[in-house]
Amino acid sequence: MSETETLAGGGLVRVNNVDKVFKRGSEEVHVLGGLNLEIPEGEFLALMGPSGSGKSTLLNLIGGLDRPSQGTVEVGGERVDKLSNRKLAAWRARHIGLVFQFYNLMPVLTAQKNVELPLLLTHLSRSERKKRAAIALEIVGLSHRNGHYPRTLSGGEQQRVGIARAIVTDPTLLLCDEPTGDLDRKSGDEILDLLQALNREQGKTIIMVTHDLHAAARATRTLYLDKGQLSTEANV
Amino acid sequence: MKYLALILSNLKRHKLRTALTMLSILVAFLLFGYLAAIRTAFTAGIDVADLDRLIVRHKVSLIQLLPASYEARMEQIEGVDSAVGQTWFGGYYQEQRNQFAQMPVKPDEFLDMFPEYVLSDDEKEAWLSTRTGAIAGRQIAERFGWQVGDKVPITASIWTKADGSQVWDFDLVGIYDAGEKGTDDTQFFFRYDYFDESRPDWGKGLVGWYTVRIDDPERSAEVSAAIDAEFANSQAETKAEPEGAFLQGFANQIGDIGFIMTSIVGMVFFTILLVAGNTMAYAVRERTNELAVLKAVGFTDSGVLGLVLGESFLLTAIGGGIGLTLAWLMVSAGDPTNGFLVTFFIPGRDMVYGVILIAVMAFVAGILPAMQAQRLRIADALRR
Repeated sequence: MSETETLAGGGLVRVNNVDKVFKRGSEEVHVLGGLNLEIPEGEFLALMGPSGSGKSTLLNLIGGLDRPSQGTVEVGGERVDKLSNRKLAAWRARHIGLVFQFYNLMPVLTAQKNVELPLLLTHLSRSERKKRAAIALEIVGLSHRNGHYPRTLSGGEQQRVGIARAIVTDPTLLLCDEPTGDLDRKSGDEILDLLQALNREQGKTIIMVTHDLHAAARATRTLYLDKGQLSTEANV
Repeated sequence: MKYLALILSNLKRHKLRTALTMLSILVAFLLFGYLAAIRTAFTAGIDVADLDRLIVRHKVSLIQLLPASYEARMEQIEGVDSAVGQTWFGGYYQEQRNQFAQMPVKPDEFLDMFPEYVLSDDEKEAWLSTRTGAIAGRQIAERFGWQVGDKVPITASIWTKADGSQVWDFDLVGIYDAGEKGTDDTQFFFRYDYFDESRPDWGKGLVGWYTVRIDDPERSAEVSAAIDAEFANSQAETKAEPEGAFLQGFANQIGDIGFIMTSIVGMVFFTILLVAGNTMAYAVRERTNELAVLKAVGFTDSGVLGLVLGESFLLTAIGGGIGLTLAWLMVSAGDPTNGFLVTFFIPGRDMVYGVILIAVMAFVAGILPAMQAQRLRIADALRR
């Protein structure tokens, strides 16, 4: 049985024979080697593995934040690795929602304005942008904090704003890079509840990188990445 | 416009740093505007000099006099329309520190030659009919509080009267206005016939220089040469040149004001450019992560470049705009030397240069950090 067949399940995301090599000075570091992966629409996939195993790199390749050294990445039938920088940016704006470990909110903008940020790239009117951002904040349960700046919000609240920013454009795919990594257990659970709800109730396809087994347990499938290779079981 | 709030928010990130940088830019543009007014004052008249007017003076120097008879001879030269003589009187009003330009002229010829000195018909008539009549520019009249009808005594420092007295009494019959921006309205003109009759014999029949109107401005070099040739090998040889060149040469006697001003402004701007550039470089470096996030959510490379350049432009435009406005307000408040400067205003051309400089400074200060932001690789920046 081939690895692809083992991991296949549909086809919103198709990663075919992907290598990723980084150069550190004169040294070449092979992070991913001949990696294959298919993710069906509506899946909540947890990606686990030790530090440096290439989890975030794989996430970046799927999200069009980086390009593979070799192989192809398809999302929704689109060859992401083939798009020009300009088209890739537009594609990300339309199809990808990103949630980061350290939230990465703009400290000079209120929660509302942070959520509106991706909408600036659309042709929506100011009032429409405001309305959609308000809805996204309502979904994450933070309507009452919309005028607050990130520094006045707790970690859990900041991550909720981050999720609201990620879903405000109604993206095809939600990519979460250790979304609970900087949060205490209670706040982490609230974020996982939220992601689970987005997956179950709104059918969002989610790929979540995590070190936390407890978090991975919320996903519908868990894959392990080690030494550039995927498997369905952790190599202990 | 939808990105303006984002750009403004970034400027408010470090309020003190932004304020200090803006203040530096403000001072630079305030200086630019103010020095433009001073340069204009020192070169007054050059910009409004008529292309069809020549100045004819003694070949040796301006203080050597020319015979009054040259006027008629010059008017016979082909290409010359008319000529009018003027002489430096060099007097003062009441106290020696009250120096200003006084010149005896033939009123009718003079007013024809210089239509930029605007006088009412009544005042013109009064001047033609009053032998001791004089006219003063609006600015000098206001400075000394003169009204039409006043007796104005001027003490001569060169031209004492034939009877030995130094004080010349004039009847102020008119106050002229500047017909165009830059026209000198600090002068005082009186009648040549009164002057010539009253001065000592040694000076009679002599004038300081001539203003000559020519038929065709394109022939100014040719007509100048013809005038100089007419008086070659005489006791008073001449040097004829276009009015603008003469005034420029006169201004240059105290140094190349334009060069001095440009040098000062250039050095100030170079320094401020470094300050603004440094601010922008810091602004980008400390926001590497945020810029990467902007790209991650869909901003293009050129979009991020535009945001950083927009920030640089806004920073410079606010500082520079306030600086230019303040300069304009200060200059509008009046000549700080209380009348020493003949004209004192910022020409519209210099305001336009100021706006262009704002754009250039914003671009130069912002382009390198903006390109740095443009080239930022998202995955690398997010790992930092």
